[in-house]
Amino acid sequence: MLALKLAYRNLVGAGLRTWLNVFVLSFTYILIIWQFGMIDGWNYQAQVDMKNWEVGNGQYWHQNFDPYDFFSYEESHAQIPELLKKATSEGKATPILISQGTIYPDGRLQSMILRGISPEQKVIAIPSAELNVKSEEIPVIIGQRMANSCKLNQGDITTIRWRDANGTFDAKEVKIVKIFHCNVPSVDAGQMYLSLENHQKMMQIPGQATMFIIDKNSNINSNISGWEYKSHEFLMKEMTEMIKMKKVGGSVLYFILLLLAMLAIFDTQVLSIFRRQKEIGTYIAMGMTRKQVVGLFTVEGAMHAILAVIIGAIYGFPFLLWQMKIGISMPAGTDNLGIPIAEKIFPVYGLGLIISTVMLVLIITTIVSYMPAHKISKMNPTDAIKGKIQ
Amino acid sequence: MEQNQLITINNLVKNFPIGKGKFTALNGINLTFKTGEFAGLVGPSGSGKTTLLNIIGSLDIPSEGYANVLGMNIGKLNIKNAAILRRLHLGFIFQTYNLLPVYSVYENVEFPLLLINMSASQRKKAVMDALDWVGLTDKIKSRPAQLSGGECQRVAVARAMVKKPKIVLADEPTANLDAANSHNILKMMMKLNEELKTTFIFATHDEKVIQYLKRKIKLEDGKIVKDEIIKTNKEL
Repeated sequence: MLALKLAYRNLVGAGLRTWLNVFVLSFTYILIIWQFGMIDGWNYQAQVDMKNWEVGNGQYWHQNFDPYDFFSYEESHAQIPELLKKATSEGKATPILISQGTIYPDGRLQSMILRGISPEQKVIAIPSAELNVKSEEIPVIIGQRMANSCKLNQGDITTIRWRDANGTFDAKEVKIVKIFHCNVPSVDAGQMYLSLENHQKMMQIPGQATMFIIDKNSNINSNISGWEYKSHEFLMKEMTEMIKMKKVGGSVLYFILLLLAMLAIFDTQVLSIFRRQKEIGTYIAMGMTRKQVVGLFTVEGAMHAILAVIIGAIYGFPFLLWQMKIGISMPAGTDNLGIPIAEKIFPVYGLGLIISTVMLVLIITTIVSYMPAHKISKMNPTDAIKGKIQ
Repeated sequence: MEQNQLITINNLVKNFPIGKGKFTALNGINLTFKTGEFAGLVGPSGSGKTTLLNIIGSLDIPSEGYANVLGMNIGKLNIKNAAILRRLHLGFIFQTYNLLPVYSVYENVEFPLLLINMSASQRKKAVMDALDWVGLTDKIKSRPAQLSGGECQRVAVARAMVKKPKIVLADEPTANLDAANSHNILKMMMKLNEELKTTFIFATHDEKVIQYLKRKIKLEDGKIVKDEIIKTNKEL
């Protein structure tokens, strides 16, 4: 308690020197919290987007389905089982039929994935209702990335080719009835959506599907013969790991920042030991033990971190809240990185992030303060009183 | 040890290492001090005055011999007990005042009381009393940098006296002061010595201080060459 009281007096008395260090430390706090808040915000948004657009609350895959092996698509479809048929009729799941195809925009050839989806579904955010139009051509919807890569616009008519379940190639005209915008690249890039019924007819496999997406508010995970349940954690594993890696990369900046702030504290403490030798000698003459003096200097250093929390809260919280409200616009092209990134990222600051940052800075500041202060214990008090450099 | 005997020093030797050899700063010192003395260790620079004062103040330890201060053997005291001795019973006054620069006058004087965990109300009274003794009640909020040398030394005296220690050790207290301030400070210390029966031990070669001493211990080359009691006109 005494050390706290004296340390506070010393810091306030030291004036500008204290406030400069406190400002540097508070800046570190804010920057660390902001940076991690951004990554957490991105993570949160990516998870929400993936859940809404692709993953739902888990999926059932046909046992042969392997999303990374296009050749598996030919063998990975089967009649919709009763349980999932019922779930589909109740709006708790939606079937998807997946096959490989080729598109010929302006005479060019480009491979793609055809996804048959029910126009009535509301399980994922794909605007499949747009497929409910009457047209001589097959109505299809595509995402902005697909539209950009194929140079297609809404209303364009183009040819697609596919191979049905019997191995026969066929081709037809399709009409782009809608181009949607989505933050999840895997939903969009190289994908074309058409109605499930049309797709089943094209493939000559009526009543069959490749996978089911479970509604995000439903919980179906029973064992179904011939189908494998994939939880949403499993489906988002890659994305979560990628963001984790991003966090590790971000930690480099975090440690550089922390190092700079700690250098300032260390420098102040080392200078203090030299400049304040007479004061140290006086403390000892007046009855403080060396341990108490070391404690006082350590607490002084640590108190920089505490004052920095207060100062940081004064100017940092409004800034962080403002950022949380307006978000940060991501530069054009970031959505081509292959991971879900929204146009704007809204930082998320959890209590855990704030507490852990404060604790980490506080502990490291205390250690950095203790190291030079420890030198006091080797000081000769009679020389210290006279201010002789030791 | 007699009841009012505060300090006993027997055959005290203090050596300092110099290269491979040693320098003997004090050699065979024998002394006693009683309650209420106003004594001075006098002598030229390098005679061992400050070294002896530091040993009495438990800031240093003897190389040989024995120094007993308030019943405690200085050579055997551990760091903690030496600190407790200083904290409770000793007051220090330094040539360069050694006030804490970022503290106000009030906070400087209050500091020794914080170390002995005195309650806030008692502290306030004790600090104001001490500042009253030295005539600085109007400067409580000033910082040392805003005071003259004489005022700084008066604050240092108040700081040394505030806990009413049994012994005050003053190392060249007037060396940085002009004649008028030196006399004022010394008169003030004499008054406190008489009123509170505090033992004052000076290390000095300043004639202005010497003329106020009631006991003069002359040191030369680490040895006591003269120890005389100076009788006042009244005593004569």
